[in-house]
Amino acid sequence: MKDAFGTPQSLLILGGTSEIALATARRLIARRTRTVWLAGRPSPDLEKAAAHLRGLGAETHTVAFDALAPDSHETILGKIFAEGDIDMVLLAFGLLGDQAHDERDPVAAVRVAQTNYTGAVSAGLVCARALQSQGHGSLVVLSSVAAERARRSNFIYGSAKAGLDAFTQGLGDALHGTGVHVMVVRPGFVRTSMTAGRAETPLATTPEAVATAIELGLRRRSETVWVPGALRLVMAALRHVPRPLFRRLPL
Amino acid sequence: MPANAVPFPGRTTPVTGWGRTAPTAARLIRPRTYEEAAAAVRACGARGGIARGLGRAYGDAAQNAGGAVLDMTGLDRVHAIDADGGTVLCDAGVSLHRLMEVLLPLGWFVPVTPGTRQVTVGGAIAADIHGKNHHVSGGFARHVLSLELLTADGEIRTAVPGTPLFDATAGGMGLTGVILTATVRLLPVETSWMSVDTERARDLDDLLARLTATDRYYRYSVAWIDLLARGSATGRAVLTRGEHASLETLELASARARGARFGRRGPLGRPLEFRTSRFPAAPAFVPEGLLSRSTVGLFNELWYRKAPRARADQLQRISTFFHPLDGVPHWNRLYGRSGFVQYQFVVGHGHEEALRRIVTLISARRCPSFLAVLKRFGEGDTGWLSFPMPGWTLALDIPAGLPGLGVFLDRLDEEVAAADGRVYLAKDARLRPELLAAMYPRLHEFRALRRELDPDGVFVSDLARRLGL
Repeated sequence: MKDAFGTPQSLLILGGTSEIALATARRLIARRTRTVWLAGRPSPDLEKAAAHLRGLGAETHTVAFDALAPDSHETILGKIFAEGDIDMVLLAFGLLGDQAHDERDPVAAVRVAQTNYTGAVSAGLVCARALQSQGHGSLVVLSSVAAERARRSNFIYGSAKAGLDAFTQGLGDALHGTGVHVMVVRPGFVRTSMTAGRAETPLATTPEAVATAIELGLRRRSETVWVPGALRLVMAALRHVPRPLFRRLPL
Repeated sequence: MPANAVPFPGRTTPVTGWGRTAPTAARLIRPRTYEEAAAAVRACGARGGIARGLGRAYGDAAQNAGGAVLDMTGLDRVHAIDADGGTVLCDAGVSLHRLMEVLLPLGWFVPVTPGTRQVTVGGAIAADIHGKNHHVSGGFARHVLSLELLTADGEIRTAVPGTPLFDATAGGMGLTGVILTATVRLLPVETSWMSVDTERARDLDDLLARLTATDRYYRYSVAWIDLLARGSATGRAVLTRGEHASLETLELASARARGARFGRRGPLGRPLEFRTSRFPAAPAFVPEGLLSRSTVGLFNELWYRKAPRARADQLQRISTFFHPLDGVPHWNRLYGRSGFVQYQFVVGHGHEEALRRIVTLISARRCPSFLAVLKRFGEGDTGWLSFPMPGWTLALDIPAGLPGLGVFLDRLDEEVAAADGRVYLAKDARLRPELLAAMYPRLHEFRALRRELDPDGVFVSDLARRLGL
């Protein structure tokens, strides 16, 4: 069960190698979390992450999970929920893709869209139903600042995240009053291995800062969290910039 | 398709405790008869059920995520009053407020009342609540002569003091079953007035000395402590101690009031009249941070200053003396959307150093906590999970949105556990489960009895899940 400050005792991470997710797990383990499920494609990295969390004192399990195989989600996630209540699901998998390359390779572009959007739709619905039947829990979904307005430089990724973001907001409304809390997290540029080598945008942040913001959002039962918080204002303004001007912005 | 019909069916209601933190959804069932209650228990399904009274437990004791919550306030009959012997037999859903309405005119009072009348008899037993008279009278369950308990098999059992079932149920947080009725021994009173002595203590040492020296002369005793005071004033407090006023005292006061032609106090009314005051309810939406360091600091300063240095034999109504906050319905909303946590712990005699350290920590941390209370407990009771033990108990409210509060309270837990103390489960919303067994040494007996009585785990609450009760 979550405590008065929204800190979970059990955590399920979808996308178990995500740096943001692992930073969040570390933070929550230091507080209350005792059980962690890392779901992701089997890899040495996934096992390494699990070993690391075990070292911090959490009972950690790994589960083979593929965002691109929605048919399997029901079974795989159902098994995890059958083991005991999950207080928080962190939907963290995502694929940034390579915009320039993907524009010429529609199949690769579709893979970005499927991972970020349709995979999350399926996993999100399965988790939402399980959380609803246990009557409590938080579903935290990592969206992106890119979801707020598609940009020339990453609109494939951005459009998928926009879909995910809209989906999550609707899901949150559907689950309002069911005891389940749904939170959209919109980080700006996060310095991780996924973004290594790319040009930073202003207001860049770190996985640890995102983790801190998630912990705060849990305590406040927020529905939307921006990281850093200043992005809320920046994006509110950018959203209304006319297209001819927006196109010319160096974003 | 209706907007929110599929794919999320099932009617549930979000439920929280009085602190309004950590809401979870449950099916709310309001049985009106014992048969309905038994049927609800038999049908509560895989996620079990828990009884709920008036929802005054601060944390998650009367919540059951995904399961059933039995609202017991529908079982609210007072069955029999023995006006000579001083006992009452009533349903568990009867509130202490209702009991006072019924009993005071007959010259009887509830044996123990907490800081609110808005608790049910069932809740009072399940949390083994205490009041300002604990040093004299012990907890509520000490005055229960017998109770009827609806257990997991749907049967009704009678439990009397001295049996394991009674000791597990008194303070058992509703996890042994649903209390249906109770027979409670009452306290005879001559009037519905309290004769109150007030004095100030300049710091914590002064306070502890005064309580130790003179508590035994009073039936009721409590100290309001200013936890925002710092330096040499750390732990300054206002002590209020009282006794039920005798008829003689009241008549003298009435005569005085009549004698003074322009006296401020009007006629005192019938001696056993039960009167309460009521202010407007707190609004539904209160901005976050209304109760901040500055507002609470100002309030505490005024409260301390307005208290007389020493005043004896002031007459107060029962509601004024015991339940000042009941005058403001929904006062818990004043903490805004994030809600608040109440932290209450007890440390035994001989652990005054730990108490001092904790008070200093809270004062240094500048927690905006108004109306924190310190009380000296008497002997503990036989309930296995009953909270009181001989020593010092401190209770304080803190806004849940205060940054870093979780870590800070964990630190206080360490201090409390190291001093062989415990925190109060009826108020808890955040204790770390690892500390529970140390704080409640009879926990294993409680668990064993539950396994035997309720092998399928029918009775379960969010508190039980969180702490592994």
